[in-house]
Amino acid sequence: MVERALELSRADDCVVIVDEGSTANLRFAGNTLTTNGVARSAQLTVISIVGAGVGVVSRASVRPEQLPEVVAAADAAARDAQPAEDARPLVEGVGSSVNWTEPVLPTSIGVFGDFAPALGETFTAAEAGGRKLYGFAEHTLTSTFVGSSRGLRLRHDQPTGRLELNAKSADLKRSAWTGVATRDFSDVDVAALDSSLAQRLEWAKNRIDLPAGRYETLLPPSAVADLMIYMMWSSGARDALDGRSVFSKPGGGTRVGERLSELPVTLSSDPSAAGIECAPFVTAHASSRRSSVFDNGLPLAATDWVKDGTLAALLQTRHSAELSGLPVTPSIDNLIMRGGEGGRSLEEMIAATERGLLLTCLWYIREVDPQTLLLTGLTRDGVYLVEHGEVIGEVNNFRFNESPVDLLGRLSEVGASRQTLPREWNDYFTRTIMPPVRVPDFNMSTVSQAN
Amino acid sequence: MRQIDPDFLALPLRQLADAALQRARDLGASHADFRLERVRAESLALYDARLEGAADADDLGYAVRVIKNGTWGFAAGLVLTPEAAAEVAAQAVKVAEVSAPINREPIELAPEPVHGEVTWVSAYEIDPFTVPQKEKVALLADWSAGLLKGADHVSARLLQVKEQKFYADTAGTVTTQQRVRIHPELNAMKAASAGFDDMSTIAPPVGRGYEYLTDGTYDWQGELARLPELLAEKLAAPSVEAGDYDLVIDPSNLWLTIHESIGHATELDRALGYEAAYAGTSFATFEQLGTLVYGSPVMNVTGDRTVEHGLSTIGYDDEGVATREFDIVKDGILVGYQLDRRMALMQGLGSSNGCAFADSPGHMPIQRMANVSLKPAPGGPSTEALIGDVERGLYIVGDKSWSIDMQRYNFQFTGQRAFRIENGALAGQVRDFAYQATTTDFWGSMEAVGGPETYVLGGAFNCGKGQPGQVAPVSHGCPSALFRGVRILNTVQEGGK
Repeated sequence: MVERALELSRADDCVVIVDEGSTANLRFAGNTLTTNGVARSAQLTVISIVGAGVGVVSRASVRPEQLPEVVAAADAAARDAQPAEDARPLVEGVGSSVNWTEPVLPTSIGVFGDFAPALGETFTAAEAGGRKLYGFAEHTLTSTFVGSSRGLRLRHDQPTGRLELNAKSADLKRSAWTGVATRDFSDVDVAALDSSLAQRLEWAKNRIDLPAGRYETLLPPSAVADLMIYMMWSSGARDALDGRSVFSKPGGGTRVGERLSELPVTLSSDPSAAGIECAPFVTAHASSRRSSVFDNGLPLAATDWVKDGTLAALLQTRHSAELSGLPVTPSIDNLIMRGGEGGRSLEEMIAATERGLLLTCLWYIREVDPQTLLLTGLTRDGVYLVEHGEVIGEVNNFRFNESPVDLLGRLSEVGASRQTLPREWNDYFTRTIMPPVRVPDFNMSTVSQAN
Repeated sequence: MRQIDPDFLALPLRQLADAALQRARDLGASHADFRLERVRAESLALYDARLEGAADADDLGYAVRVIKNGTWGFAAGLVLTPEAAAEVAAQAVKVAEVSAPINREPIELAPEPVHGEVTWVSAYEIDPFTVPQKEKVALLADWSAGLLKGADHVSARLLQVKEQKFYADTAGTVTTQQRVRIHPELNAMKAASAGFDDMSTIAPPVGRGYEYLTDGTYDWQGELARLPELLAEKLAAPSVEAGDYDLVIDPSNLWLTIHESIGHATELDRALGYEAAYAGTSFATFEQLGTLVYGSPVMNVTGDRTVEHGLSTIGYDDEGVATREFDIVKDGILVGYQLDRRMALMQGLGSSNGCAFADSPGHMPIQRMANVSLKPAPGGPSTEALIGDVERGLYIVGDKSWSIDMQRYNFQFTGQRAFRIENGALAGQVRDFAYQATTTDFWGSMEAVGGPETYVLGGAFNCGKGQPGQVAPVSHGCPSALFRGVRILNTVQEGGK
């Protein structure tokens, strides 16, 4: 399909992207299955370039006889287009993927061959233990092919799996959540996950009401991931240069080089990071403020966004990098945060807490003020009070108002990093390695009655 | 009268459906439905009056949903041949068989009359996909250039969707439908010594065609002309003093509060726990139907998938159910939920009110939102009259930031702008404001709703729900309304500054 489309194009240059996807999922609630399914998808994107004009046409399920019409539409759009501001020569000389011509192997409901029976047994155990289980298991496999008239022939096969497991007491008053990211479900121990949730529901039997206020708070890796992902999404260099983001320098320019944390915090991405491997090249279906179709195929390498507490890079296209005078650092589909050597586990951090809150996860996170990247959102599925190194009970939920950028400057401890599943953003972003952190004064703005 | 596009009708709709439904029957399915869907979506983005990105996408595929041994099975396919459709039906049955051992609640559906072969097309004049991209870009660039005279940067975007659906089930209902929706939005940003701020147009997304930008239905020129001045005033405005205020909330802001605190809270699947692990449940639990005091006696809310130009409006839902209007809150009391066929039967509610929806051929229908709207008061006051009843308060216009907890109690919203009200009159803008409340307290504090002349149908293209995630378009109509004693936060102070 890619080769044929490139042949058909009459534009000056052309990039063709094919995304072949397959997915299988199981959804459950109240210890029973609710919905499930399998699906395939196939998307063709033709990016035609005439002079500096770009035309992008994307179609699903394109049959061979429809291909000339799709390519012609993209060529025509490129001829009609205004010059694109981000126009650059297409990427060349990066070699070809060795598996370019190999067939795509879709996922299927069979990926749950061992997991589904284990889940059924866990339903039985939960029922016997007075718990109700809710959640979602999904496996997707996406094969992305990027070809260009400049010889690009790149392919990436990305498996993505996730399990979210939520246990509630029979009266639905107590709730606990956990989630894992996986490549193929072979490493998911659902019974062990259920056990950990059962322990949290036990903690929640002692209910403690606390008012709004600023509390010393332990954020687990999942909550840290949700905050850091939002910060990364907000770190476009172009927005910073235009003076419209938290990373804008007053008076012009960006805050790259500015210290954000006194602790040796590093926030990075690496396509080859073990367990969270992702595409090693840029795939851009359309240009935006944080991506450029002209950068398709650009190799991605390990990138530090924050290094030893200092802002080291922002999301850059080649175009924005020229404007900012900084290196080209495009977006990468994983995120890693570390706090230096010798971080403690979350359990060790709990044991070292005199009085503080232990969160499970965050929810409904939205930006309130882009100037400070003030975010609001809520705690969910378990806020626990820790006293003298032990969890003594469950606290009501809270709405928070906090900025992740500001938080970096207020962290008093960064624990040992591990792979985790973000709670809110796992529809879009699953590949993270994050630490638990301690914040001395997390702003719990108001009490939420939700449980 | 508008017709369904011939190229959609030329697809082998019946052949595929017949092959799929027959295979499902042959394999023992007690129910099967087939849905072929084509979703065309075009988005244009301009920055500082120059085209930044354009995407023209067309998603075409079909899905077979079956009930076998009391368990759902769902599969989606792409190849438009009867043989492939039959194979997808077999996959759906296989999914049901694999899943049956872990299903503990047999699936049954509420009865629905067989509607035979019916068609439905939404109300629009100009299919936006017939307008050359160049023409649309030129219009947006012209509008952007005007705004740039008073702003540092201007973003413009135009989203357009045409959705075509063919549905057939083993009972004999066959529906063919087509609808169009459009959302233009412009945002102006400006920096000042106090920092930067931005302001967006408040024109709502609508179930109309391209004529929405050109025929005077909406006063684009008036809104665009006022925006730079309003933005400049906001940048120079004082920071709000946190505390309790009386609020007059404009429909351009209130629609989103309705969406989050009423629309989602009265979805029966949430109330029953089916969204518990994801978007959450609802404080409006089923046993409170008919008794829960949701708000003040002036609160009357309906669900309606039939209102003209509504984003959720359609003739038949994705389970072949004829859509209709229904009561949700009457005189402040919870009296109804949004339903699909399964949940209507489970809870003994008779029939579905037509709220099943899937956003693509690759997704299974779930219960989604009708156009949930707050009714105006017949002969009720104007917005000016509502403001006139406030000694110290705020008039809030346009939506911006939003967040609500997973049982739909605690929410926090900001807006495009807020004007101080002093002794019944507007007294300039304030900035850094957010209002925060508990749903029932907030609606209980609603003292008055405006008259029909204040009523506006707002909404969004992209309401998210479900796993795998789906987005749905939905409108919410409301009048201006007056609320007493609502908590206002200063967002700068919230950030610890």
